[in-house]
Amino acid sequence: MRRLLSFVVALILSVAVTASAQAPGSKTVILSTTTSTQDSGLLDVLLPLFEKQSGYTVKAISVGTGQALALAARGEADVTLAHAPAVEKKYVTEGKMHDRRLVMYNDFLVIGPEADPAKIRGEKSVVAALKKIAETGARFVSRGDKSGTHVLEQTLWKAAGLTPAAPWYIESGQGMGSTLGIANDRQAYTLTDRATMLAFSKRVALKPMVEGDKLLLNVYSVMEVNPANGPKVNTAGGKAFADWMLSSETQAVIKTFGVDKYGQPLFVPIAGKKDEDF
Amino acid sequence: MDVLVDGARQAVALLVSGDAEVLNVLWTSLKVSGTATLIALLLGIPAGAALALARFPGRTLVVSAVNTGMGLPPVVVGLFVTILLWRSGPLGVLEILYTPTAIVIAQAVIAAPIVTGITLAAVQNVPAAFRLQLVGLGASRAQMVWVTLREARLPMLAAIMAGFGGVISEIGASMMVGGNIKGETRTLTTAMVLETGKGNFDVAIALSVLLLALVFAINWALTAVQQRR
Repeated sequence: MRRLLSFVVALILSVAVTASAQAPGSKTVILSTTTSTQDSGLLDVLLPLFEKQSGYTVKAISVGTGQALALAARGEADVTLAHAPAVEKKYVTEGKMHDRRLVMYNDFLVIGPEADPAKIRGEKSVVAALKKIAETGARFVSRGDKSGTHVLEQTLWKAAGLTPAAPWYIESGQGMGSTLGIANDRQAYTLTDRATMLAFSKRVALKPMVEGDKLLLNVYSVMEVNPANGPKVNTAGGKAFADWMLSSETQAVIKTFGVDKYGQPLFVPIAGKKDEDF
Repeated sequence: MDVLVDGARQAVALLVSGDAEVLNVLWTSLKVSGTATLIALLLGIPAGAALALARFPGRTLVVSAVNTGMGLPPVVVGLFVTILLWRSGPLGVLEILYTPTAIVIAQAVIAAPIVTGITLAAVQNVPAAFRLQLVGLGASRAQMVWVTLREARLPMLAAIMAGFGGVISEIGASMMVGGNIKGETRTLTTAMVLETGKGNFDVAIALSVLLLALVFAINWALTAVQQRR
């Protein structure tokens, strides 16, 4: 019994020691970001490079854009990489975030079943396509989770002057990957980012229907957190990460990321560009 | 079906090749859930024994609370522990959110009521006459409790299995308080969710095979002890 006890104490201590060594001090940066940056594998490539060059340790918390920004607004993160410009600008206006800078973009597209019940294949305007889907009552799966993708989808429905509703409108409440699975299973249309669609191309038989509309641009920005949001915001670390994301070296890595696996890059680097350029 | 076969094959390949990332995830899961279970035992066994042997007003209420706690949803525990550990939360000064320690705390909270409840049932199962006899033979109260616990040790092994099995397979709390950070707080279950999200179903299946094998190995060892005659 005594030996067991000493073993337990030793174990607890060892965990406590490893933990304190990793505790978020000034050398740790908490990055709140979206699931797509993690699911695409981009973070796995970028973060080790940043950690090696800067000496910081990054804790990347991958959640929906809504939650990523909410965490930052509470001071629970030091820097945010998100893809919902309208929401981001609101946080910047409110003073919760600052120095919003564009990092990269790719695009969203509407995909759907081969049979194309709403006849939207090749439609140039995504808003017109959504109107057709609603008119025909063809099934559409929504993320329904306040992610960047969901925010854009809501903006598009609003532009179409529609309030989508059940039974043809299905809210998955899950990440992009699971949502693609549900849409595939239900033979429904859905809005997806290109990176996730490519990652799932083996398992999802849905076909691209509408792409190339300017409204479907998927722009990622990095923002620093206002230190007044909460105690212990690592301002220097957050800025270091944001600056690094925009450095020419990092942008070069982003430019070629995904080519080996998908035969095409997943993101286009756009450091220095402004919202007005798109 | 092919994805299942590929997954099983990949699980073996990952283990045999000693894939550093998989071994790291495996070790994190084992370390975190093992520590959490040990803490839960340290808290739950005395608490369960005390509840089984003591009589006090409101005891039924406390026992009901423990029994409810045995079914605590991990995601609820995760949410509350996250809020407590936020930089702006009451325990924010510790700066342990998104570390293995945070997962240990959450999992200990999940496992402690399970251990308490099973210990309570095990100790109550020891006949009251046996305890009376011990006292009659001149045992002190501490000696009586110790011998009673020894007598209940076999069903109490079930407490270890249930506690460990509950926390190593939970996902809600690990994801929330750990953040699924690569090389640090990525456990078997959070890695599985991530790989599924990435569309790497074969890797996800490989990880689930590993998880099942791990839980089986530990339960096998404990059952061997329990069933030894």
